[in-house]
Amino acid sequence: MAEKRTYEIVFIVDPEADDAEVMRLTEAVQKILTDQGASVTKTEMMGRRQLAYEINHKRDGVYVLLEVEGSGAEIAELERRMRVNDRILRYMTIRVDEDRRRADKLKNRRARKAERKTAGKGKAQQAESDTEADSEAA
Amino acid sequence: MSTNFDDREGGYGFEREYERAGMPGRGQRRMQRRKICRFCIDKVDIIDFKDVRLLASYVPERGKILPRRISGMCASHQRMLAEAIKRARNIALLPYAAD
Repeated sequence: MAEKRTYEIVFIVDPEADDAEVMRLTEAVQKILTDQGASVTKTEMMGRRQLAYEINHKRDGVYVLLEVEGSGAEIAELERRMRVNDRILRYMTIRVDEDRRRADKLKNRRARKAERKTAGKGKAQQAESDTEADSEAA
Repeated sequence: MSTNFDDREGGYGFEREYERAGMPGRGQRRMQRRKICRFCIDKVDIIDFKDVRLLASYVPERGKILPRRISGMCASHQRMLAEAIKRARNIALLPYAAD
């Protein structure tokens, strides 16, 4: 459990809330997280946008995105609080560290492959001409 | 003995029928060139669920996820795309169903 996990949290605030209220809510969310021992690494206001379908008879909402590092216990507490808050229409938490690690690995592998390719080019050409000579001989 | 052979032949017949059913209006359909995965060319490792514009290009009017046989995507990228679209649906960035 000691390992750090990275989460992305998106939540949608009621469109009737003004900017100040959205700010207040966001700060409250951040406080819950930091109180539990997590650290908020990124906060992004994605702004007001139309919902693809109605939620609680609302046609649009204010999107807020957070990136959080923590153990996972904070998420449980936060979600419990968000569920009872009727100003928050919807929330979603996604664990991203595993996917990012995987992506990094693939990237590194590609880089290594490219390196090998440029390094081994002379040799590869040599081998090619060898096989050509062989087929001619046959 | 001979009945066994008959059975087997019946089986082949069914398979041929199945193949035929799988490609309506052959001829032209089959001549279409094999598409290649756009995400593989661009070397995409993560498909972000917040990238609505990208995801929307794989969600036709009806709101369904575009099948692989149409888009020509590779299996792993199709899985990633499907996951991202489902996440986007959850937070109302994309519709579950559009009429």
